[in-house]
Amino acid sequence: MADAIINGIGGLTVGFQMLAVDWRNGIMLIVGFVLLYLGIKKDCEPLLLVPIGFGCILVNIPLSDVMSQEGFIRAIYDAGIVTELFPLLIFIGIGAMTDFGPVLAQPSTFLLGAAGQFGIFLTLLLALALGFPQLDAVSIGIIGACDGPTAIYVTSKYAPHLLGAVSVAAYSYMSLVPIIQPPIMRLLTTKKERMTVMKAVAKPVSKTTKILFPLVITILGGLIAPKGLPLLGTIMLGNLMRESGVVSRLTKASENEIANVVTLFLGLCIGATMVGSAFVKAQTLIILGLGFVAICLDTVCGVCMGKVMRVVTGGKVNPLIGAAGISAFPMAARVVQKEGAKWNKKSYLLMHAMGANAGGQIGSVVAAAVMLSVLAGMGIIR
Amino acid sequence: MDNLTFGITMLICGMGGTILTLWIMSLVMGLLGKLFPVKPEKKEA
Repeated sequence: MADAIINGIGGLTVGFQMLAVDWRNGIMLIVGFVLLYLGIKKDCEPLLLVPIGFGCILVNIPLSDVMSQEGFIRAIYDAGIVTELFPLLIFIGIGAMTDFGPVLAQPSTFLLGAAGQFGIFLTLLLALALGFPQLDAVSIGIIGACDGPTAIYVTSKYAPHLLGAVSVAAYSYMSLVPIIQPPIMRLLTTKKERMTVMKAVAKPVSKTTKILFPLVITILGGLIAPKGLPLLGTIMLGNLMRESGVVSRLTKASENEIANVVTLFLGLCIGATMVGSAFVKAQTLIILGLGFVAICLDTVCGVCMGKVMRVVTGGKVNPLIGAAGISAFPMAARVVQKEGAKWNKKSYLLMHAMGANAGGQIGSVVAAAVMLSVLAGMGIIR
Repeated sequence: MDNLTFGITMLICGMGGTILTLWIMSLVMGLLGKLFPVKPEKKEA
């Protein structure tokens, strides 16, 4: 009987014993708390960092079976991540929330959205140089899309073992855009350039154009890069619902209920991939470092494209708006407005930056789609 | 395929493809804006 009692008590202490055996779980519990702290106390992407942080804690409690074959998070993971469903459902919500009016009023800002994606490809090269396998390098490069769902879609498909690191990098750096971008913007521009006042965008866009936009982009993008059609198609479906104005119930459901439920499940699943034994590696730190480089390079290329447009237009463009050519919408546009106003109180760049930012939103999806189609063309993926 | 060939191909085709696609999209959007301009609202008599 004494043995039975001792064994019973042993069953209650085995978790503590296992924590001592694998110190990496202890580290990841701290990481989980840090993510929760950033989300709750610092308001950094709380909608994602809170479930990610909690998922990270859940999976790193020794003997936790939440990600075992019968675990409840495994069931969600298999249903939404393995099938790539969650990022696509999020994209419908993003499309329903985004007003592409500013980019339609100034279609040339699409080019800033293109330049803002160059970090993806440059980081891919860096990752290859550091010895990462080709598809891992693609997934690391995609952090430069500065777009969480795109990064999750590509990584879950081609490098699922990197999902935790890539997702955390993508969402963390997205929330750090107001800190990362301004020094780069100042470094690459002269005071005169930063002080440039741009004319207000007064060109209105007709409802017909706004409705045709998602259809044309889907067909055109699908023809050029069919591998990325799920990404492009879902964001444009959301936008079509928004602009048509006839399915407001579906639009509201996409941007609220569906997006909220999927965000919760997505965050939990990402957190649950951050198991100590797989996450506490030098490789993770390198991925986080490369993600940072990717976002810096996006900003550099965007500002440089802004400078090119300034030359082409004879000095009418403030190159700061190029920094908004990334997918962090509308945060990057606000950063540009704030930075512009800091140098010239008469400078009102918000609408121009919103155009570049909306272009960046589409640009990130197009870049991922192009990347997947090029990979398929080379026979690297099917 | 070796990493160098892969990387350079991705850089050229990826970056080039992205900028070309978005440029075409910007042209088409500009064309749509011209084909379907905002109609001035009719004032009621």
